[in-house]
Amino acid sequence: MTLVLDHVGLTEAGVPVISDVTLSLDPGTLNVLLGPTLAGKTTLMRLMAGLERPTTGRILASGRDVTKLSVRRRSVAMVYQQFVNYPSLTVFENIASPLRVAGVGQSEIDSRVAEAARLLRLDNLLQRLPAQLSGGQQQRTAIARALVKRAELVLLDEPLANLDYKLREELREELPRIFAQSGAILVYATTEPTEALLLGGTVMTLREGRITQVGPTALVYRQPANIDAARVFSDPPLNELAIKKSGPLIALASGRTLPAIGALANLADGDYLMGCRADAVAVNNSDPARLTFPGKVAVTEISGSESFVRVDVGTGVWVCLSEGVHTWEPGENVVVGLDVNRAFLFDAAGSLAVPPKMAQSA
Amino acid sequence: MARIRLDGIAHSYAGKPESDRDYALKPLHHVWEQGQAYALLGPSGCGKTTLLNIISGLVIPSEGHLYFDDVDVTQLPTEKRNIAQVFQFPVIYDTMTVAQNLAFPLKNRRMDKALIDKRVSEIAQMLDLNRDLNRRARGLTADAKQKISLGRGLVRADVSAVLFDEPLTVIDPALKWELRSKLKSVHRALNLLMIYVTHDQIEALTFADKVVVMNDGRAVQIGTPAELFERPDHTFVGYFIGSPGMNLLPASVAGTRARVEGGEIQLGAAYPALPSGKRVQIGVRPDYAVLTTGAGLPVKVKRIADLGRKRLAYVSLGGQPLVTSVPPDMGSIGEDAKVAFDAKHTLVYADDIRVEGTAS
Repeated sequence: MTLVLDHVGLTEAGVPVISDVTLSLDPGTLNVLLGPTLAGKTTLMRLMAGLERPTTGRILASGRDVTKLSVRRRSVAMVYQQFVNYPSLTVFENIASPLRVAGVGQSEIDSRVAEAARLLRLDNLLQRLPAQLSGGQQQRTAIARALVKRAELVLLDEPLANLDYKLREELREELPRIFAQSGAILVYATTEPTEALLLGGTVMTLREGRITQVGPTALVYRQPANIDAARVFSDPPLNELAIKKSGPLIALASGRTLPAIGALANLADGDYLMGCRADAVAVNNSDPARLTFPGKVAVTEISGSESFVRVDVGTGVWVCLSEGVHTWEPGENVVVGLDVNRAFLFDAAGSLAVPPKMAQSA
Repeated sequence: MARIRLDGIAHSYAGKPESDRDYALKPLHHVWEQGQAYALLGPSGCGKTTLLNIISGLVIPSEGHLYFDDVDVTQLPTEKRNIAQVFQFPVIYDTMTVAQNLAFPLKNRRMDKALIDKRVSEIAQMLDLNRDLNRRARGLTADAKQKISLGRGLVRADVSAVLFDEPLTVIDPALKWELRSKLKSVHRALNLLMIYVTHDQIEALTFADKVVVMNDGRAVQIGTPAELFERPDHTFVGYFIGSPGMNLLPASVAGTRARVEGGEIQLGAAYPALPSGKRVQIGVRPDYAVLTTGAGLPVKVKRIADLGRKRLAYVSLGGQPLVTSVPPDMGSIGEDAKVAFDAKHTLVYADDIRVEGTAS
């Protein structure tokens, strides 16, 4: 099945929740819906599933208009952030439930449940009740139930958000492969850019009910088409700086002027918003190819092999990446060096005017 | 202010333990130094909360002794231990103002009013609560309420220790860094012993001078964030710290060489003959196992994950799965590739415990 959303919109009590979404999703593809909390990810999935009716636009399944078709008559499975299982049924019966509803015969149920349980490593837990399972096992059960249905559209709504990060790592590795074999359209909603990148596939960035960009995940990360896509796809948050280019200089809102070096040299005069991810700004790196800003350390956050230093540079708090484990103490005075060749430059309308040099060569 | 000493502290909830498995917390000797910040890090069920509860007096350990400086407090109730605690959820009085909430632990101890005011204003300043001092706590956001809870935990200068139990659970993820920053500066300013329980590695590594990694009732390593990353003492630490965790491969080790899946690699140190019957593995983090066009062990590439600012390769070495990093300048990668291990960061484990080598 190919699923098409044709100018789909949803308004609730006069407020637009989803605005003018047009998408085409092919069988066997992995589609990541990336956006912050309240961006409309769940609503968009509910529209795809048929759990909500759009107020405008159409939804087509393999060319057939299904806009008004009830969810029961569509081939769809959905997994939610909260683990949803039947508490009084065993793991086996939880997984088998959609097949029972569909009237599938016992021997076929046995073999399909066994297959799904094997893929999700639940083989030894089939006779347990959900209350006797860990969070990870409960979510595996819910996922096995979605898998066993052999639906043509599988919607996973932040399925790993309630698991601890080590379990998340493992399941994230397994999920796309498990569903890839089924040939279904897989849609996976997440708030985390790293999760989107690990999943790969096609990303759709979503902000305030609008799709801001669609494309191969790593490509959208490297060349976000607009400031909204760049913000959604940056964690830690994008470091931003408003600049005015005129001739050989750039002027900051503070009145300070800096030389227009590197990628800034050939930039047409005008107002821009410069956006830099943490890896393009470094603490105490005053390489002449970088613009430097004095600042004060707020905190150094350490994530195993990397340190993220939050520095107050006066116009806001920037996040700088430092490989390895380092500790700059709160209150320490530092210089932040910004690599202009890895900066995104957005025009006054928020569209990407100049992609980073690094992305062009990659 | 105190140093806290654990002398063979252990706990079993089920009465007399018959084997290792019956301990929620296995016997532990450790000294928590005055003025230091510690984190207890581990997955749920690892025993970290049991340990915290033993220090606070909510749980009386079934074995061992607990000393605050030189006083045995093992049997003392919580209120006699002179500790402050901050919990997952805000514990404050809604009808009181922010200032009254902060002053409460001091007022209870009949401290002089002028001194109370001075201390409250200091703490409020540190936590950025000074503008809200005269507002009622009711109606403040969950973040602000938890900041008040933190303030109440920190307001007494004379406590033996401040204990935190997953204190940032209710904080909006986008704002967590602010409170991490506050906690860090407060710790530097106050010279208090702080112990912080969490399952979140970023929180533990960011907050603590030393992190106690716990698994299955055992403290498997106590070290600085850098030590936990560079030299995990236990395979569990290698797995739990870092994302993805350390690669572990069955190996045989002789001197400065290890045989792995039919290939041979150089180690950064010389190892003594390891007792037979022990399960020998080498451990190398994905950061230090790198795809190469030069010399290396042959691997089959299963998948490349492009994380934007770096790439990881999921490969198999013989029959073993392995995660490696990919050099930024490496062009197209086929199914056949080679991996090079950084000898200095290739560690040796026997039955999950790191074996110390000698300089070679």
